[in-house]
Amino acid sequence: MAASGETYVLEMKDIVKTFPGVKALDGMSLRVRPGTVHCLVGENGAGKSTLMKVLSGAYTVDAGEILFHGKPLHGQNTRDTLGMGIAMIHQELSPVAEMTLAENVFLGREPSRSGRSGRFFVNFKNMYAQTAELFARIGLNYDPRAKMSSLSVAGMQQVEIAKAISRNASLILMDEPTSAITDKEVGMLFRQIAELKANGVAIVYITHKMDEIFAIADDVTVIRDGKWIASGPASDFDNEKIISLMVGRTITEVFPKVTVPIGDEVLRVKNLSGRAFSGVDFCVREGEILGLAGLVGAGRTEVARALFGLDPYEGEIFLHNRPVAIRSVREAIAHGIAMVSEDRKGEGLVLSRSVRENTSLANLPMFAPGLFLDKRREGEVVRDMIDLLRIKTSSMNTAVGDLSGGNQQKVVISKWVMGEVKLLILDEPTRGVDVGAKSEIHRLMCELASRKMAIIMISSELPEILGMSDRIIVMHEGVMRGELPRDQATQESIMELATGAHQSA
Amino acid sequence: MHTKSGFSFAQFHAKYGTIAIFAVIFILSAVLVPNFANPDNLKNVLRQMVVVTLLAFGVTFVIILGHIDVSLGSVLALCGCVAAAAMKSTNSVAIAVAAGLGVGLVTGAVNGFIVTKFAIPAFIMTLAMTTVARGSVLLFTGGRPITNLGNFEEIGNGNLFGLVPISIVILALFLALSWLLLNTTKYGRHVYAVGGNISAAIASGIDANGVVKKSFLYNGLLCGLAGVVLMSRMDSGQPAAGIGYEFDAITAVVVGGTSLAGGRGTIIGTLIGSAIIAIINNDLNLLNVHSYWQQIAKGLIILVAVILDVSTRRSRT
Repeated sequence: MAASGETYVLEMKDIVKTFPGVKALDGMSLRVRPGTVHCLVGENGAGKSTLMKVLSGAYTVDAGEILFHGKPLHGQNTRDTLGMGIAMIHQELSPVAEMTLAENVFLGREPSRSGRSGRFFVNFKNMYAQTAELFARIGLNYDPRAKMSSLSVAGMQQVEIAKAISRNASLILMDEPTSAITDKEVGMLFRQIAELKANGVAIVYITHKMDEIFAIADDVTVIRDGKWIASGPASDFDNEKIISLMVGRTITEVFPKVTVPIGDEVLRVKNLSGRAFSGVDFCVREGEILGLAGLVGAGRTEVARALFGLDPYEGEIFLHNRPVAIRSVREAIAHGIAMVSEDRKGEGLVLSRSVRENTSLANLPMFAPGLFLDKRREGEVVRDMIDLLRIKTSSMNTAVGDLSGGNQQKVVISKWVMGEVKLLILDEPTRGVDVGAKSEIHRLMCELASRKMAIIMISSELPEILGMSDRIIVMHEGVMRGELPRDQATQESIMELATGAHQSA
Repeated sequence: MHTKSGFSFAQFHAKYGTIAIFAVIFILSAVLVPNFANPDNLKNVLRQMVVVTLLAFGVTFVIILGHIDVSLGSVLALCGCVAAAAMKSTNSVAIAVAAGLGVGLVTGAVNGFIVTKFAIPAFIMTLAMTTVARGSVLLFTGGRPITNLGNFEEIGNGNLFGLVPISIVILALFLALSWLLLNTTKYGRHVYAVGGNISAAIASGIDANGVVKKSFLYNGLLCGLAGVVLMSRMDSGQPAAGIGYEFDAITAVVVGGTSLAGGRGTIIGTLIGSAIIAIINNDLNLLNVHSYWQQIAKGLIILVAVILDVSTRRSRT
């Protein structure tokens, strides 16, 4: 497989990849030795996934050089890179659930039948035999004829790895492979990784979990804001060093935080459990901005969805000290709860409809005391909103889909600002938004807080959490790990709680 | 009317809309087709388009929601024949109309209930409804027309004050009602929101299933009305009537600019789309084109309309 004496399987040098408005990769370098596990570590949005896509051939780079086994890699598509021996295990697996395991392993390169008709017909016998042999070789105890859908997520992952092995991959990239599997399954995964290493396969392992890094990494590279920060043998690093390298930026953004007097309690949840979180307790008061920090998948969005009636929950919710049950979005709205979803296009907006219609969508009863809509009043209120939030649009009849990301986000917020909202939940309010719109959204949050609104802000950007919150709650794997008042919170203290470094240390 | 590049035609369509296409087709017909511009012929075209246009108004709501109804033709036959049977046994036009509309409402309620309750595609639901309704009407009529219906034919053939055809008055009334519902009520806004992005609609506190059910109900009502008008015009209950009408209605809606993907569409567009279909049908008749060729022409029209819809959407982004 790997030529003897080869120093690196993969060398990436000064990679630059720009998207409109953002430099996703800005001088990123990575060197992977054969037969090693190389952990790529960085915060959410540091550029790890972009790097993956560059390697798989999904993106082409703007500048820089990629050498795979010493040969330059440029302009290949995913099919080419697969053929060359680069395989990916994505965070979100996408197997064909209704096909058998063997069909999935051989997807796109089904063995042919011999003879003249061979080009058209699949040699199923051969395919199942080869898969059985492969599974036996790597110690997988699955029936190649079983449906993919009968497997757990961990099982599917193992089949994906088997697929990579059957393609003779010399480099396997794994993107947060433990994010959806149990601890026991993690053990199995690590054993499989050790096997692969012994056979000379190199693995790039993307994670931000400290315990995993020190369990399996030979080498570590830290990436931040698309830039190469540090590389070296894992023994050169420890928890504190990695965390400080990951977050190490100085806060250059200025947040327009205005402290307003904090009033009565608006919301309290006791022992709240639901999809992907359990035993959560917290409260938020009038005029307060409560930051909800944590890594992607920590259960923050799920808490918000439960509070907004989108998902079922167990536990108690009190609004203004009175117990309430929130069974649907309509009930949540009736209680004065509003949510700006992280999935702006999925749940926030009807892109094909106008700014006007989107803005008033959640508040139509306001404009229609009787049967018909009072369009003049609606127009006046929407006009006010456009002015208040400084939404840049050619007219209120422009389709929201034609607006920029920042202005779309303002429309989503305006939708809730005009109603009688007491508790506003903002899930990643400035993700994918340009700097100018970002600070306007922050300014607006302060303005709303000063109107006695209670705000819960979920954000994966530490500077935003630190800059805007009065109080910060940190979640990790569905559980609250700690609460920090504004003056005690630092990037390091939050990151430690969010990565679970505290427990494993 | 022919352009080499579909792209530039798509831009023309995006810019000037269905109304321009209507104007072009109308002028070409007036110039090129003998007798087309004759006032009697035009009145005839108007009367002929009533039934399909009523169906099209109703199904516009369903299509904006991103659903579809392929059962219009057979439900129309069921409603019309029930109305005819009621007329025959009670000799009351009011009871006959109520019976026809009632059956339409029931089928609409069933479609809406099952589509939302079991989350099955409306295409499958209404495909099943197609044969259920057709089977029902053949069963209860024994496959024979219901005739001798007294003054039932007044609805389809009579004139108000001896001047304006009653069927045209009905069309105008439901044009106004449909327009008001879609453009001036909360319900109308909800229809666009649910069709454009159901998740966002639900997250805005809209009862999305309720909106779908109401829309199938309105669609069923108009289907019943169309059945009454059609059977009245034929002065009999014809159990085999209405075959292929759903195709004409859906074509009218799509030609009128409503997106099959949901979220976009207007009642005025549907009216114009329906008029375009009616004029083309009339042209082909006046030019003595064989009805088999007419079917081929209709198929091509809906194909072009959908390609236009898709390429218009693409050229916007």
